[in-house]
Amino acid sequence: MTAAPILALRGVHKSFGPVEVLSGIDVTLRSGEVLALIGENGAGKSTTMKILAGYQPATAGRIMLDGKEVRFDSLHDGEAAGIVLIHQEFNLAEQLTVEQNIFLGRELRRGLLLDKWRMRDLTQQYLGRLKCRIDPDTPVSRLSNSDKQMVEIAKALSRDARVLIMDEPTAVLTGSEVEVLFEQVRALRAAGTAILFTSHKLGEVAAIADRVTIMRDGAVVRSDMVAAMTEDDMATAMVGRDVSALYPPKPGVAHDARIALQVQGLTVPGHAQDINFTLHQGEILGIAGLIGSGRTEAMEGLCGLRPATISALQIEGQTLAIRNTADALNNGLCYMTEDRKLRGLLLDKGMRVNLTLQALARFGRILIDRRAEDAALAQAVKDFDIRAGSADVLVGNLSGGNQQKLLLAKIMQSEPRILIVDEPTRGIDIGTKQQIYTFLRALAASGKAIIVVSSEMQEIIGLSDRVLVMRQGRIAGTLDGDAITEDAIVRCAMGVGADPDERAA
Amino acid sequence: MSVLGPILALVILIVIGAALNGNFLSAGNINNVLSRSAFIGIIAVGMTFVITAGGLDLSVGSMAAFIAGMMILVMNAALPTLGVGIPIILLGMLVALIAGIAAGMLNGFLITTLGIEAFIVTLGTMGIYRSLVTWLANGGTLSLDFDLRTFYRPVYFDGILGVSWPIIVFAVVVILGEILMSRARFGRHCAATGSNEHVAHYSSVNVGRTRMLTYIMLGLLVGVATIMYVPRLGSASASTGVLWELEAIAAVIIGGTVLKGGFGRVWGTVIGVLILSLIDNILNLTDLVSPYLNGAIQGVIIVLAVILQREAKAKG
Repeated sequence: MTAAPILALRGVHKSFGPVEVLSGIDVTLRSGEVLALIGENGAGKSTTMKILAGYQPATAGRIMLDGKEVRFDSLHDGEAAGIVLIHQEFNLAEQLTVEQNIFLGRELRRGLLLDKWRMRDLTQQYLGRLKCRIDPDTPVSRLSNSDKQMVEIAKALSRDARVLIMDEPTAVLTGSEVEVLFEQVRALRAAGTAILFTSHKLGEVAAIADRVTIMRDGAVVRSDMVAAMTEDDMATAMVGRDVSALYPPKPGVAHDARIALQVQGLTVPGHAQDINFTLHQGEILGIAGLIGSGRTEAMEGLCGLRPATISALQIEGQTLAIRNTADALNNGLCYMTEDRKLRGLLLDKGMRVNLTLQALARFGRILIDRRAEDAALAQAVKDFDIRAGSADVLVGNLSGGNQQKLLLAKIMQSEPRILIVDEPTRGIDIGTKQQIYTFLRALAASGKAIIVVSSEMQEIIGLSDRVLVMRQGRIAGTLDGDAITEDAIVRCAMGVGADPDERAA
Repeated sequence: MSVLGPILALVILIVIGAALNGNFLSAGNINNVLSRSAFIGIIAVGMTFVITAGGLDLSVGSMAAFIAGMMILVMNAALPTLGVGIPIILLGMLVALIAGIAAGMLNGFLITTLGIEAFIVTLGTMGIYRSLVTWLANGGTLSLDFDLRTFYRPVYFDGILGVSWPIIVFAVVVILGEILMSRARFGRHCAATGSNEHVAHYSSVNVGRTRMLTYIMLGLLVGVATIMYVPRLGSASASTGVLWELEAIAAVIIGGTVLKGGFGRVWGTVIGVLILSLIDNILNLTDLVSPYLNGAIQGVIIVLAVILQREAKAKG
């Protein structure tokens, strides 16, 4: 790995108004090398990537391309230099087809007309290299997230990128798709492309990256060969403190704990059939399963968010029916969505409005008591350690971790006795994860009952007193105490003779 | 900018008006401008809620014409039994309010329950009401009985302490609307629904009911506006209320409410209504620019308002 640097940042600073987000960082990308850029949310990774690709200018410092200082005035300059950035939020025109997207802005022409045949052929070639079998004529709006990711990568291939920068490329991919992506990354690396990617999954960093650059609070704290570091070293460097105790200890559920929730015969048409389970006060119940196994839909059905039938439902011993979310809330049952951006928070509103939205009735009968709202916000900011520049900041401008903490604070405003959290730590940094785990455990210790739906195996194992594993819309198994192991969950989630390529998550 | 913009524009217009014509600030002219603004204004307050909740209603102008036609037909028909007097006026008002609520419910049902685009639904009902009133009037004009008209006239022309009834009703609607929008749970639910209906749904906001209520409220306010409008001319025809929907929507947007929903302010809408009326009034009072260019100037103002909004947003 002694290849000369293709692209490098030297002493780069970046400020937004008075806020300095990067303070003199050095990042080096080498031909034929995969660099992982890791750090907590808000450490400055996204800004770094945008500066590298020419999306944003640096406030100070130099960008070196092939050893010479360059200035990117726009992303076109970046692309012209062979640098392609793939965003975390896809940059695809939903109504256009795959082929039209790949050639968007650089359509091949024959005379005045589009050369549709050649573009289709080329598209098929690019997709073939990615082992992706989608039809070039499919509109992007009909693709799954993982297929969209593949289209983005195909787009980068079509641009003969010398430098490929990917912002959390695996966040939306399943296990087998991650493998395909990594295979492609290895092929690109072998062909001499310089690759930079970010990920919150340190296992992936260890698996695919050659070198890792770790950022914290706008500075590079460590840059080293991956082989020279353990995952624990990386986490410690990211957070700046020891995070080996990521999960709080499990005190165990008392034998005489009262039953908080008893569900019999929960069916969500098309997603889940005949789900039965019991949840005790003070217990954290994990629900694991492959993506698409009906976990989220079952919980949404239970809370009245989508049509569902239940043969018998008891909350704290009382038989009742839940027809809509208001019924669920009134009975102390609350669901926290997995998608904070699309279903959890109003991104173009401030924190106060978001915090109280679900529990507005507590802030006045008809007219809203602003002062009570402000007090609740001040309390939530303190309790949940939400770090926002000011109280009026738009929620869309908060980092992912702070958004997630605000979402949790919002859900807690309705004072649930039974809390269902879906992917409570998706896409957030390890320090915030630790805070959320500690909060959930403390909540359970105070007698509340908690269900954690998660695709992160470690999270399920580290947090749950008991685990339900779902498979194809049914409960495939229940694991207790020491029986909660990765191996046992995978076996349940896959069933017998399942495709071993599928991801257990 | 987004707060000061509309106010500043209004102040500038007032200064221009006062400089160009001595009568501009006279009580008579002010009363006249405000009374004429009241119809659009009352409707625009309802429109503010609809737009804030992520909807749109193109049918309000035709709806007003249709309600006016219904009122006149019912009152004329009841004249032989009830005679000229307060009961028949109350009957007419009741018809207007019920017809408004029913029309709003129809729009709301098609949009929220059947899930059809608001633009399409209200484009359709706009055509339906307009055609119905033309049919009821047999292509001509529906006129209120002469004695009834004389009896009903004060509802438009009289008032308290020289302030005419339409202005008083407008003011009451605005105050209630402003409180509802900025201080009440309903207003918050409207903004949440318009901002992101999925988030609202997951936050236990009844999105369908919230939207439904905005359309019903708008229908009701169209009824109220019609009650104030009928005594002015005492008639309804195919040309009653033409383009009111666009004026109401324009007023809402000039006032700073976001067209795609999520943020609305009733006081801004009032300013928007006043800006539009003042332009019209100034052009009529002065011979600087032909009054025929009124529409062009209003159009420029609307586009400017949205540009200013966007720049304020980019900065904020």
